[in-house]
Amino acid sequence: MIRFFDRFFRVMLDSIRDLTPILLVVVFFELAVLQQPVPNITQMLIGLVFVVLGLTFFVFGLEQGLFPIGESLAHDFARKGSLPWLFVFAFALGFGTTIAEPALIAVSGEASEIAAQAGVIANTEEAMARYANGLRLTVALAVGFAIVVGVLRILKGWPIHWLIIGGYIGVVIMTWFAPREIIGIAYDSGGVTTSTITVPLVTALGVGLASSIRGRNPMIDGFGLIAFASLTPMIFVMAYGILI
Amino acid sequence: MMEILHTILNGLMSTLRDVLPIAAIIFGFQFLVIRRAPADLGSVLAGFVWVVVGLTLFLIGLEWALFPLGRTMAAQLTDPGFILGTAEAAEIALGTGAITWSDYGWVYLFAFMIGLSTTIAEPSLIAVAIKANEVSGGAIGAWGLRIAVALGVAGGITLGCYRIVVGDPIHWYIIVGYIVVMIQTAYAPKLIVPLAYDSGGVTTSTVTVPLVAALGIGLAETVPGRNPLIDGFGLIAFASLFPIMSVMAYAWLSEVALRRRERGAVE
Repeated sequence: MIRFFDRFFRVMLDSIRDLTPILLVVVFFELAVLQQPVPNITQMLIGLVFVVLGLTFFVFGLEQGLFPIGESLAHDFARKGSLPWLFVFAFALGFGTTIAEPALIAVSGEASEIAAQAGVIANTEEAMARYANGLRLTVALAVGFAIVVGVLRILKGWPIHWLIIGGYIGVVIMTWFAPREIIGIAYDSGGVTTSTITVPLVTALGVGLASSIRGRNPMIDGFGLIAFASLTPMIFVMAYGILI
Repeated sequence: MMEILHTILNGLMSTLRDVLPIAAIIFGFQFLVIRRAPADLGSVLAGFVWVVVGLTLFLIGLEWALFPLGRTMAAQLTDPGFILGTAEAAEIALGTGAITWSDYGWVYLFAFMIGLSTTIAEPSLIAVAIKANEVSGGAIGAWGLRIAVALGVAGGITLGCYRIVVGDPIHWYIIVGYIVVMIQTAYAPKLIVPLAYDSGGVTTSTVTVPLVAALGIGLAETVPGRNPLIDGFGLIAFASLFPIMSVMAYAWLSEVALRRRERGAVE
């Protein structure tokens, strides 16, 4: 029990340290530049306490839940040796975590407005909803595909930079052909796909796989899944923009 | 009091909605395909509860403490009246004056500092840094990695704001960035390359995206001649490209420093 609280306070001190810079920036700009009264200071203070507690709990759960389950699944798949199931799992993890991602829902909604304004689709609720859903599905497929390719790379031990450079070339070629309105969204969609829960799980999966396959280095082969997951959506979204 | 409870409950529900599909996939495969309970199932489940409660509090706290102020600041800093003083803003409205990119000094400073500080607090980056530290046996310091990533995000967002102000097309910046990344890949220590590529994707989530998106759209709305729908996007792309460069630069610099120290020791 004492050990628990000891750890808890240490993580909490880290959280406070992590959050201090934001607070300093906000206070600095408030005092030095804007000089306007802060509305609702009590709520702000309660909010700060929540942020510190929340980050502490999250890091706690990370080390107790997300990391262990990600790694133990990777080990179990490696021991079971069933490649089809591993790929199904990789795809499901990528697709399933992305399709429900709130940031993606927001971005695809805005993208449908752009498309309607640019006259790519009809300016009706229905057409916009269809466009936004199509976009979400596209990004989710892209992330599912990315995790599958990333897992395949870990199994084969391919060096990552050739795949990334290939992806970059893909992005550049697609940029040439994609309609101008979609480019900014496509580039941004790479960044928004990887949420706070997906990242630790996917990282643990990669590191776990690399450390349970002989001849793989978890540092060189284990990382890189996230990189794929933020690269393929750009290509897929531009393809979507060209096709529609 | 009731209101606070209500907000927490709502937040909890929406976090649960985000976590449930993931938990369903994880435990579905665990029990249906692997057909073996993970060691320490109880502790893992407790870990999931910690994560859900933690994220909920974190998001509510951000919404109460930081986002409103951050958004107000982004809006006010990009306001032409603030940037030029009222008289000049009136001239611009009449079409007799012009804003140049150098008038936006405060915006760049704000972009840099908000990029730096939000990235330090980004939970998914904390997760990757913990893992990298563990896997590398402590060779990659969690704190050094996070500072390197944060500097990359800060530089990227600042350059992204400059791009919105001058109105250059985004793809030239990205393509040049890709070329730099490729050149660095050839020279960077091999161990760091995959981690560097990963750090591009992890930087932009819970804390950074809302504030940075507000800044980009605020800028694109107020700079004359920009379309918020076209030019407002793209900051996130900068924020996910530049950390790749800064992490590789950091690894390269620390290798050089190490080599110099070794040489010093020999002499």
